[in-house]
Formats: sequence, structure tokens, C-alpha cells
Amino acid sequence: MAGKDQLKTNAKQVPLLETKGITKIFGELYANNGVDFAIQEGEIHALLGENGAGKSTLVKILFGSLQQSAGEVFWKGQEVHVKSPSEARTLGIGMVFQHFSLFEALTVAENIALSFDADVELSDVSEKARSLSAQYGLPLDPDALVGDLSVGQRQRIEIIRCLMQDPALIILDEPTSVLTPQEADTLFETLFRLREEGRSILYISHRLEEVQRLCSAATIMRHGEVVDSCDPREETAGSLASKMVGADVEGIEHKTAGKTGEVVLALNNLSMGTSHPFAIALKKISLEVRQGEVVCIAGIAGNGQGELFEAISGEDRQDDPHQVVIRGTDAGHMSISRRRNLGASFVPEERLGHGAVPEMSLTDNMLLARHASDASEFKKMGRLNVIAQSAIVAATKRVNEVMDVRKSAEDPPAGALSGGNLQKFIVGRELDRKPSFMLVNQPTWGVDAGAAAHIRQSLLDLAASGSAVLVISQDLDEIFEIATSIAVMADGHLSSPAPAADMTREKIGLLMASSGADQGQAA
Amino acid sequence: MRIELQKRPDISKLYSILSPLIALALMVVAGAIMFILLGKNPFHGLYVYFIEPLTDPWSREQILVKATPLTLIAIGLAVCFRSGNWNIGAEGQYLIGGMFGAMIPVLFHGWESPLLLPLMLIMGMAGGALYGFIPAILKSRFGTNEILTSLMLVYVAQQFVDWVVRGPWRDPQGMGFPGTKSFNDSGLLPKIFEFGDAHYGAVIAVIAAVALWFMLSKTLKGFEIAVLGQSPRAGRFAGFSAKQMTLFAFLISGAMAGLAGIGEVSGTVGKLDDKLSLGYGFAAIIVAFLGRLNPLGIVAAGLVLALSYIGGEAAQISIGVSDRATRVFQGLLLFFVLACDTLIHYRVVLVSSVKARM
Repeated sequence: MAGKDQLKTNAKQVPLLETKGITKIFGELYANNGVDFAIQEGEIHALLGENGAGKSTLVKILFGSLQQSAGEVFWKGQEVHVKSPSEARTLGIGMVFQHFSLFEALTVAENIALSFDADVELSDVSEKARSLSAQYGLPLDPDALVGDLSVGQRQRIEIIRCLMQDPALIILDEPTSVLTPQEADTLFETLFRLREEGRSILYISHRLEEVQRLCSAATIMRHGEVVDSCDPREETAGSLASKMVGADVEGIEHKTAGKTGEVVLALNNLSMGTSHPFAIALKKISLEVRQGEVVCIAGIAGNGQGELFEAISGEDRQDDPHQVVIRGTDAGHMSISRRRNLGASFVPEERLGHGAVPEMSLTDNMLLARHASDASEFKKMGRLNVIAQSAIVAATKRVNEVMDVRKSAEDPPAGALSGGNLQKFIVGRELDRKPSFMLVNQPTWGVDAGAAAHIRQSLLDLAASGSAVLVISQDLDEIFEIATSIAVMADGHLSSPAPAADMTREKIGLLMASSGADQGQAA
Repeated sequence: MRIELQKRPDISKLYSILSPLIALALMVVAGAIMFILLGKNPFHGLYVYFIEPLTDPWSREQILVKATPLTLIAIGLAVCFRSGNWNIGAEGQYLIGGMFGAMIPVLFHGWESPLLLPLMLIMGMAGGALYGFIPAILKSRFGTNEILTSLMLVYVAQQFVDWVVRGPWRDPQGMGFPGTKSFNDSGLLPKIFEFGDAHYGAVIAVIAAVALWFMLSKTLKGFEIAVLGQSPRAGRFAGFSAKQMTLFAFLISGAMAGLAGIGEVSGTVGKLDDKLSLGYGFAAIIVAFLGRLNPLGIVAAGLVLALSYIGGEAAQISIGVSDRATRVFQGLLLFFVLACDTLIHYRVVLVSSVKARM
């Protein structure tokens, strides 16, 4: 790095990175429309906006994975054409993605080495990673197997991989969406340290409190355009949110107050073995979810939440039918279709490749989850099971309207939708059935503020109408917003649920750590 | 510097439709070059191969005869390939189907009945399906690679059928030639025309193609096949079982190959002999892809490939090129079909490797 004094004088004159009139057109959709913005050296700059606002498109252009249709990018005052991520890295732009690209069966050092040329010595990488990890307060063992690491630790790998290139600008996409509050604090300290060295950080997040805490500048996007830029420290979370969505955000409305009915879902000593080396065994989980209740399961990712989801949904079945009881019927031996026919509905964590087939249209994805539960409507001609396309098209249209799903074509493939819009579709697909029980894993993961509020409100409304709702989430803000009671998952165990009013962040933190032995590992 | 395939953001609809035709055109160009290298006149060579057979009624019928097994096998393979199961052993299922179908007319040789032919066809399908079931069950139970097991079972089937026609089922009056007794008339698929070789197997193939097209594009089963082929995890979420699909897909494609086998035995040869294995099961893989895994497209693709067989026979006689040339044409066609599909979905870019700064 150049001397600090020089950096400071530069900062006043030429921005590190500046864009002028960046425009990107997909078909007829203006994903970016005349975007102007600038990042100074040594600045943590927030990029705010709803899903589909054009943040990802802009970032992909800066990082070279997309090419703009029009407009210029200036790097230290010079116009540049970034044609690929490797060119971006050579310039000094690094990126940490929201979804990691790591091989679970390899070690940390091996994963890092994979992004370099083949002639790099593994021991050099290992040593360099070790020194960076000490330098920036990111505890990480280069020889550990990635499969054994928590999500927070995996994120550190990505950050260190990025720091290996000695970047002047680091782009972070929703970095805290997978972290515990403590892990997030560690990350923030690292970010402050990087800023002190004169590096710039482009911080994409929808968590407004974090943005206010970290960032000294913010650019706000809506519908592909920059609508405002401000100093987030001088704003309130409410004013930032209303700039993002273009209107005052409605507060979440609780319609019921503690009126609960019959038990809809009961888990009785639910235990499951592991099906692959990185799976978590479920250990004697017992839980009841009643009509009108929203039970939330908190916990750090990778403590058995995914396994619990698949055990309840019936993607993994139980030998003992009594371990899962849906509306009074022993369902442990039943397939996911039969459980759906009992009135249950499911929204998995991964939208693409689990909740939806990316290459298939929304109407096909409607059929995907509802061919059994809506058999009389979606299928005709008896045993031939001919698909009744018009009924499916009508249901898809209904869901898109109710959930305000924004899309660029009449019936686009699921993979073409932004994360928030696809999530609204997937949640809406289940709500449209008026299920008596709904299980949702990470309802608003990577979803913008507007869509998240919409989804949370619809879960509360579902409970208010007399259904039982079970939510698995890592987002404590979300949990406190919607839960009637809270349980915590750690290492395959589930704590007994307590009323949300009696829970605090500290209590949840203690429960998370109670049997989560892996947390101290990295330190 | 290295070469990379990058996924195209938007895929041209036009090129997707034109792809098989582009592949055919490229094959013709490559074929012309091959003729020049062999010292033959390329225009005459291509004419003999691809135009002349169409001008002669006898050749046209032969095309129909060859297209029948190719189409039947390929439509079964389309179901299999779409579901993400890679059955490379259709040739074996075709042979065992032919052998099973021949079982009743061989073991009960004197029996004449209108029931005989339907029974033979059913037996043929059952034989092919059972033989297809072996790699399917190995895959779904033990996780073996179906490409290897199905392929290896082809060689088992070839040896087994060869032994059967030389040993236990050999016609005692057959002068020692390998082969069973010729079937009675009620064991033969009737001919379509008064004179000539085309038999009703061709009609069965078209009916089967329409039926499978309907299943793939209009029914929930077809949807299940597509979902499991594209995203097994989403398929599990939908309540579909990938393991059961493996069994189903191999049963269907085995049955279709078996039907092709008994069709060939009963419609073309009239007995089971040692010359049943002509490579249709492998050529049908080309047909399936050339027809874009769509049963209706496959009917057309089957005719194209059959043309290359008949043209190849003619070329041996009239211009004296080896029958290997036919194989080369078929291989070129598969290569170009797959290459065109790949280039429609991906673009080739040269990437100069960037040294990491450490």
C-alpha cells in the first residue's frame, strides 16, 4: 500500500471508484438506469435497496461478471472496462459473495489455493492465510476441513481469500445474513481495521441498524435508479427504509393476542440419524405447534435446522409414525405428498434447486409443490393424470397478484426472478392453499425490507386465521417481530419453547452456545 | 491462456430449433471433405449416400424397415435421458427382447393362433424391460454407474444370444447354421404392402411415439420426468422419488428396445439368428439426441439415420467405400448435434490466466 498521507489527500480529490450513467438492459427491463455513484478511499459505503432494485446488477458490472449496456466506470480517475472477475481482481477489487463457493471435503487452505494458479505452493497459502487471519482478527485454522466449519467461519475463508489479493475495494454482499450477533461484531471490527488501512468497502445489506453503525455514506437504489444518497448516521432506520421502498414502511400488525387452539403439529422424541458425513443428527426433539401460534426456532446455521425441516416435511421419513403427528394423524411414515394432503405446507430455505426448479416456468413450479394437494383442480382425466394447464395458470396469476411478484415476462423461469420476488412466489404458492400448518425455513433470507415485511405479515395473518406456523430462522430481529414462542436449536437438540415475551437475546445466545461445541473451535 | 465455456445469459429460440438442421449441414460438409480425402468425387458420394436412396421405391421401403427399430429404441431412450438416467445398453435390451419374443414360437413351434403375435410382442417388451431392470436396480440400490453396467450388459447379451442360437435353440434342419427354425405365419408381423419388406412394426413405432410424446408433454408423469432430470432435490420436495424414476425409466426404455428387437425378429428376419445385433441400440442414441429427446422429432431423426445406413450400403457397391464410412457419418452427426447444443447454451471464451499477487 502507498503511504497513508498520500491516500488521505487523494481521497479528497479523486474517488476510488466512480460510475457515470451505468445502464443495463435485460430484454425490456432496465435493471440499471443511469446509475451515478462514487466511493472514496477509506470509506465504508452502503448500497441499499429492495430486492430487484438493481444492486446485484450494479455490483456484478463493477466486478466484471456482467457488462453494462451503457455508461462508464472510473477507477482512480481512469476509465476502465472490467471484462471479467479476474480483471477486477487485478485492478484491486475483491468480492465476498452472499452464497459461498467452497468445497466441503477440502481444507481451508486448499479451497483458497483453488482460486490461484496451479503453481502456488499449498504451504505458502496456508502460511499467508494464517498471518492474515491473525492480522485482521479473523480466527481460522487453514488445515481445518470446510465441512466441519460453521457458516461464520466459512465466510472468513471467503474474506481471507479476498484479502490475499490485497484489494483496494472490497465488496460484501449481505455479509451478516448468516452470522450470530457475536460473529457479526467480530466482522465489524475487521471491517473497521480494513478501513483504517485505507481500503474501501462497498457494503450491501438490508439491515439498516448495521448500515448506520458501519457506513459513512449510503447510496439508495430503487427500480434500477439511484434515488438518494445520504450519510446513514444522520438518518433513522425508518427514514432509510422509506427511502428504499419509496413509501413509509408499514409496521407489522399482530392480529391475535395469545388466542391459541388445538395442537396442529406435534413432534414426539423425533430422532434422525445422519445420511451423509456433514449432516447433523436430530436428538429427541419434542414440540407442539397450536392453531394461531407462530413458533420460531432460532439457532446458528448448521445445527440441524435443514435436517429438521426435511424430517417434518417428509423428504426424510421416520420409522416410527408417532414421531411426527399432523392434525392428530400419525404421519412419520408418510411421504411429503401425503403430509401435504393432511393440510401441511412447506417452504424450504433454498429457493433455487429445492423450492423451485430454476429452468422451469412459474406455472410449472406451481405444479411442483401442489400436484398432490390440488389434484382435483390441477389434474384431469383420472388415472391418466393429464395436467390441467389453465387451472395452474390461474393459480399462478392469483399468487403473483396477491404477493406482488415483480417479473420481466408473463411466465418467466424461476431462476430469472430476483431472490425476494421468487421467495414471495414460493411463500404465496403455499399460502394460496390456506394450509392448516405451515413450516418455513429462513422466510426472508437475502430478501429486501419491503418483501420481508410482506412475507412476515402474511405469516402472521395465516396464524391469525387459525393455522399453525413454524418458522426456522437465524434472524433474531425477525424472530422477535413475529414469534409467539421461541425455541433454540443447537447441535441437533431443540430447547423447549418459551413465550416470546420472556425471551431476550442474551437467553437465546446462551441456549445457542449450550451444546454448540463447535463455536469455540476456531479461536 | 485457457479455453472456457461460459453460460449464455439468453438462449436463442431460433437456433435451438435449427440446431439439428445445422448439425446435418455440418455433417454433409465434413462428409464431403472425407470423400475428397478418399479420392472420390464429393458430390457424387453425397448423392449416392443421401439422395439416391430416396429416388428408388425399394430403398425407400428399406429406410422404413431400418427406421422402425431405431425410432422405437430412441423414444424409450428419450424418456430415460430426460429423467437423467443414462441407458447406454439399449442394444442388449433389444437382443434380449428379440430372444424373449422368440421363445414361444421356438419352444411351441407347431402352435398357430391369432394370439401368438401379440404374445410375442408382449414377451419381447417384457424381456427388454427385465434386462433394463438390472442396471436400474443396481443404480437405485447400490449406487452403481448405470452407464458402465448397462454398457457391459450389452456384451453379455450378445454372447448369450449367440450361444442360444448355436446351442439349445438351433434348428436341427438348419445345415449347422446358427439360428432357430423359421416361425409359422401367425408368428410374423404382417407386411404393409403386398410386395416388399416394410412391416407393421413401423406403424407400431409411430403409435408408440405419439403415446410417449403425450405422456412426456401432457401428463404429470412427464412433468415428474423433467423435474427429476433437472433438479433431483426439487423433485424430492415435490414428492417424486428419483430411485423409482430410475426403475421406471429403464423399464420403459428396456421395453421399447425389446419391442424393437422382437419387431426385427418377427417382422424382418422371421427367426432368431446370430445376426440380430446390428448396432441399432447405439445408433438410437444419436437418433434420440438428433430428435431433441422429443418422440415426434425422433420419428424424423430415425428416418434420417436409416437413410445413412441404406446410403452406406449403396455407396459400398457403387463407389467402393467401406461400410465404416457409415459409422463415420453417424459419429459425425452425433458430434455435431452435441456441439451445436453446447454452443447454443454456452459461448467459448479465451481466458488469460491472471497471476495472483501474494
